[in-house]
Amino acid sequence: MKDFTLRRTSLYIPGNNPGMLVNAAVFGADSVIFDLEDAIPLAEKDSARILVRNALRSLRYPGVEVTVRVNSLSTPFGRADFEEIVPLGPSAFRLPKCERAADLREADELITELEGRSKIPAGSVKIIPIIETALGGSNLLEIARSSDRIVALNYGAEDYTADLGAVRTREGRELDDIRARTVMAARIAGVQALDSVFTDVNDSEGLFAEVVRIRELGFDGKSVIHPRQVAVVHRAFTPSDREISFAQRVLKAMEEAAVKNSGVLSLDGRMVDAPVVAKARKILALAEAGRGVKKEGTRHEE
Amino acid sequence: MKNKPQGRVLPEKIEGYGVVRPYGLSSVHTPEIKGKDPSGSSRKVLSSLEEAFRRSEIRDGMTVSFHHHLRDGDLVVNMALDVLAGMGIKDLILAPSALFPVHEDILRHVRSGTVRSIQGSVNGPVGRAASGGLFDVPIILRSHGGRVRAMETGELAVDVAVLAAPTVDEMGNVSGVYGPSACGSLGYAFADARYAKHVIAVTDNLVPYPAIPFSLPQTEVDWVVPVDRIGVPEKIVSGTLRITRDPLRLVIAEQVARVIEESGLFEDGFSMQAGAGGISLAASAFVRERMKARGITGSFISGGITGQSVEMLEEGLFTSLLDVQSFDLEAAASLARNPRHAEMGASFYASTASKGCVVDMLDVAVLGATQVDTSFNVNVNTESDGVLLHGIGGHMDTAAGSRLSVIVTPLLRGRMPMVVDHVHTITTPGETVDVVVTERGVAVNPRRKDLLENLRGKGIPLLDITDLKRMAEEMTGIPAPIPFGERIIGVVEYRDGSVIDVIRQRL
Repeated sequence: MKDFTLRRTSLYIPGNNPGMLVNAAVFGADSVIFDLEDAIPLAEKDSARILVRNALRSLRYPGVEVTVRVNSLSTPFGRADFEEIVPLGPSAFRLPKCERAADLREADELITELEGRSKIPAGSVKIIPIIETALGGSNLLEIARSSDRIVALNYGAEDYTADLGAVRTREGRELDDIRARTVMAARIAGVQALDSVFTDVNDSEGLFAEVVRIRELGFDGKSVIHPRQVAVVHRAFTPSDREISFAQRVLKAMEEAAVKNSGVLSLDGRMVDAPVVAKARKILALAEAGRGVKKEGTRHEE
Repeated sequence: MKNKPQGRVLPEKIEGYGVVRPYGLSSVHTPEIKGKDPSGSSRKVLSSLEEAFRRSEIRDGMTVSFHHHLRDGDLVVNMALDVLAGMGIKDLILAPSALFPVHEDILRHVRSGTVRSIQGSVNGPVGRAASGGLFDVPIILRSHGGRVRAMETGELAVDVAVLAAPTVDEMGNVSGVYGPSACGSLGYAFADARYAKHVIAVTDNLVPYPAIPFSLPQTEVDWVVPVDRIGVPEKIVSGTLRITRDPLRLVIAEQVARVIEESGLFEDGFSMQAGAGGISLAASAFVRERMKARGITGSFISGGITGQSVEMLEEGLFTSLLDVQSFDLEAAASLARNPRHAEMGASFYASTASKGCVVDMLDVAVLGATQVDTSFNVNVNTESDGVLLHGIGGHMDTAAGSRLSVIVTPLLRGRMPMVVDHVHTITTPGETVDVVVTERGVAVNPRRKDLLENLRGKGIPLLDITDLKRMAEEMTGIPAPIPFGERIIGVVEYRDGSVIDVIRQRL
């Protein structure tokens, strides 16, 4: 994996809502998405861009990854979005409607140019592509490998199923294929896999069940559209006591093996290799985050 | 003759008893029932408010009190003032338990000289006008406990109490539970009925004697005046109060619930008061979930009662409700049917002059604020612009009485910081405040080391109050000082009658 940033939740914040922009850090999400794209009416594209730019310039967001969903470069707004936002050094851009590697390369080059101009370290601004069409879905792997800036893959369920002509269900059967492909492409490219939004903000049970399922499929996180969804997703991503104790034993066995300088490691008669250790580390990180320890720590530093 | 009433010969004095006052010959001879005339009909029922005021011997400069149970749907205060103005009465002191925007009419009567001052509580337009210097003498602000204490000690001597009566019989037994203008509890009117020299019950629902159950007894009511309407029902009690969906308020409410859960008080017998504000209502909902999860049975919820309190009673999470005012229809209906849902007067609730009040038995009080300062002093009276806009309610009473007083406030409102160096007005002293909960952090009063220990390591974002202030100012900057004049327009009395602060005219 290229990075280990925790992204269980990515909370959409409409870029035209000053109150939400000011308070974006307080809802407990791991990552926030200041949205300049679909949440913003055409008439407000400029003002949202200015608001988000000013928020990034003057506010601090302790303990939260700040990302911006820009408009696609194929629209009249995309280029201006990048030009205004890159100089402020967001953690990452969420790039909508990605269909080909070329889309990503175009964005990558523009970001590189703007990073140079605004004297921020080259490659520091990351990209999370969003796949929203059948074509994008069929090119997932090529997209995932198109730029070193890519840290995660995301798909947009509403646009994607509309493009397919599929029917949306509470259970999300129509998403089985894109989910499997997203996780697979992400793993091949060594990046995170992030699931799309669950739109019924009043259905906490449905959301919880869905997150349990996507975690089983291998997803690392999920986009959320309402702060109330954050706690539910985090709960679903918190490992069970059994998972935690196994992970702790794996790491302990590994330490003991290191002391004894023995190369091959086994636990309960099964071989423990690098992927198992990596998974154990991830589970313990999730467990720690689930207890809220991370939040308290970061807030105290603040 | 003097010692021969009814033909009996009585001694003038009896050893071991004292001087004999013979029946029928004394000046206090009153064999008939006061409220009834010989025809058997009540003498208390009068045809107009004006007549009731006349019989109450109303004069210039007297003190007239009102209760606020009809809230923004109240028609009685404005009606009474119009009558008094028509009678040419001047310089009245009004003593309402609270005022609402509907009472903006008072301003007209101040300008005409009918009303001279207010003691008790103000709200909205009246407070704003006071801040602008409308009144010749300062408004005296008292908490619910402080107001009744002042009546009990005689500091606030009410000449005439004009009490909206949702249901009353011809003898003056008053109930708030029934009638077209039903409001539930009449807790804040108990003291007015008891201590005012003259008590007028104004009603739109005169029922046959006796009105049972009643809240105010006939023994305290002088006159009953039927009118067309005393209230606007939809503005008296709300329908079901909904839990807020404002995500910021939910974040605060969730933290409140966690603070309560880890406070060391969250066990069987737990008692709380939270009120009907957005954050409070949501915090109660989270506490409710946690009580269920942990299998805790509380003892009582006190203060303003909501449908949610009623549900918690009916679910067995609490064994009783002590209701000084009913906020919604569910609360009013429950008061009528459930013996575990008890009505209480303001003295029972919060008076320091009583022999023991409910707030002293409270574990947790969740309270709002318009400002908090780094000494934990709380302002609920004046807004960030220094204008008097709110009464005290039970704020300082419950903060002082409860074992854990939790102040909830967003860190910012609009572009104003809510945690500051010095509040404009000290309503509730910091020494009675235990913890301040905002969306960005929780600050425990350093006085409460025990509480800090309990909350540490529980995933609660604990911060020093000065850090909260700094965080707010980083976003908002430091607001320019408010231009206050020298003239004092309001006196904030602490619940014991001492003066805790004054409010100056806003220039």
